[in-house]
Amino acid sequence: MKKETKGKVVSYNKWGYIFLIPFVTVYVIFQLIPLGSTIINSFFENYRSGLMQVGPNFVGLDNFIKLFSSGDIWVYTANTLIMWVMGFVPQILVSLLLGAWFSDTRLRLKGQRFFKTVIYLPNLIMASAFSMLFFALFSDAGPINDILITIGVLDEPFKFFSHTWSTRTLVAFMNFVMWFGNTTILLMAGMMGIDTSLFEAAEVDGATASQVFFKITLPLLKPILIYVMITSLIGGLQMFDVPQILTNGTGEPMRSSMTLIMYLNKHLFSKNYGMGGALSVFLFVITGILSLIVFKFTGTGESND
Amino acid sequence: MGDNRNDDLDKGIGIKARRAIAYIVLAVISFFCLIWFYILLINATRSNGELTRGFTPIPSTYLFINWQNLLAGTLPIINGLVNSLIVSICSAALSTYFSCMTAYAIHAYDFKFRKAIFTFILAVMMIPSQVTALGFLQLVDGMGLTNSFIPLIIPSIAAPATFYYLKQYMASNLPLSIIEAARIDGSGEFRTFNTIMLPMMKPAMAVQAIFTFVSSWNNYFTPALILQDDKKKTLPILIAQLRSADFLKFDMGQVYVMIAFSIFPVVIVYLLLSKHIVQGVAVGSVKG
Repeated sequence: MKKETKGKVVSYNKWGYIFLIPFVTVYVIFQLIPLGSTIINSFFENYRSGLMQVGPNFVGLDNFIKLFSSGDIWVYTANTLIMWVMGFVPQILVSLLLGAWFSDTRLRLKGQRFFKTVIYLPNLIMASAFSMLFFALFSDAGPINDILITIGVLDEPFKFFSHTWSTRTLVAFMNFVMWFGNTTILLMAGMMGIDTSLFEAAEVDGATASQVFFKITLPLLKPILIYVMITSLIGGLQMFDVPQILTNGTGEPMRSSMTLIMYLNKHLFSKNYGMGGALSVFLFVITGILSLIVFKFTGTGESND
Repeated sequence: MGDNRNDDLDKGIGIKARRAIAYIVLAVISFFCLIWFYILLINATRSNGELTRGFTPIPSTYLFINWQNLLAGTLPIINGLVNSLIVSICSAALSTYFSCMTAYAIHAYDFKFRKAIFTFILAVMMIPSQVTALGFLQLVDGMGLTNSFIPLIIPSIAAPATFYYLKQYMASNLPLSIIEAARIDGSGEFRTFNTIMLPMMKPAMAVQAIFTFVSSWNNYFTPALILQDDKKKTLPILIAQLRSADFLKFDMGQVYVMIAFSIFPVVIVYLLLSKHIVQGVAVGSVKG
């Protein structure tokens, strides 16, 4: 009897492997092999110069040396980080505030469904279409300039896309609008998870709303805040659609809104696979480290298994 | 706001003031979320001439004419729509079905590498597709799949984030005893998965289908590298093309209609299903 059960268990469990076949096959072919060949490419000189194809020749770490000594990469890294910070700081502040309000049982806000629906909406919008819309709205003869002149804020159209900081602000603002709803919902889920008896105890002790927020909510929310921050940073490093469409791929003015992925996209389009490979490896290492931090913090995999 | 249930007397006014502030801030934020779509809608209904004369908040009557001009123009917009639909629907269907299968393998069976594979999938969940784009592009070239939808659809079978969500849902909604019962009744493993398990996973699969559909619909980076043939391009690529064409030569009415055309299908689907989607975000990403 015992033997028979054991035999059955083994024969069932082979189905675990069978059901994993599609995932593993597709993952290996379309993710692991490309990752491997991307890394291999980073050690080869391989580009087109006019009609001449140069390479592929093995050059060791030359691509990396060229990449890091050219200075361009640091400019684009800085651009990416600046625009990420400009979008993330208001995003986390607004999300914390809204999350606290939505989850506050004493406040009992009405129409929460409506507000949550509205703030999450921009997250689902096609980023390229949203950027095209902003480009049209903020263009020199566009409606925003028009409105600002009509109400007397401006005397003549402000060229939003000719100034470094107005372009960056628009990119950051769009990222903010597209992502704060998502962050709010995540933080709110975290706040709802806090033991309500803590709030009740604080209330009995006569704590004010801001005391409760800073002394109870915020410290208990720290793991989720770190999770939100790092995942947002990983997302920020992938920033592409918005600045690409807004500046037509140029990163104008003066390449001040050129992001790392826009730079990668340029290499991919011009088929400079050596430099593109080195840049990809750089991005892979950074996102890999950030992912590990997320992984450690959420402890995924251990508790629910 | 007229409810005075049992607010502490000394804090009653404080609560009311805070509530008022909350509503005002929420109204302002909602305004900044929605105003762009309002302007878009209005401008899509106006002719190029009206648009150059300046902004008014009142819609005009050119929506249909703009739409017809757009169709008659050089952008293959109907093709783009059909292409986007094919890619997004196939991705959503394959991604949810096979992610469910992967989740089921990890959830219902106990085999040697189970834990290792689960940990691996979670570890790679955050790796963005852009960092492997170069090798991916070479692979697609080598397979002769440039201008094909296959490299945009098939990879969605391996979707770690979708897998993780479905695995979480299974853990709390799919008792193993049901699978045992099916076995005793003589149901094969594959049949159990398809006829007993899948129907129970419907709510979670619907949420993930929507998310996959939307991200595929909005995806610009990878399709732009793979689809070069005008007839094969998806909507985001056409939008980018609109941007890189000499802007002022365009009829702005058409530009706005084109943007509206790419955005509003998703908005309508979202408004119909928003309750499930917003819940899905909260459940999917963070535990507890």
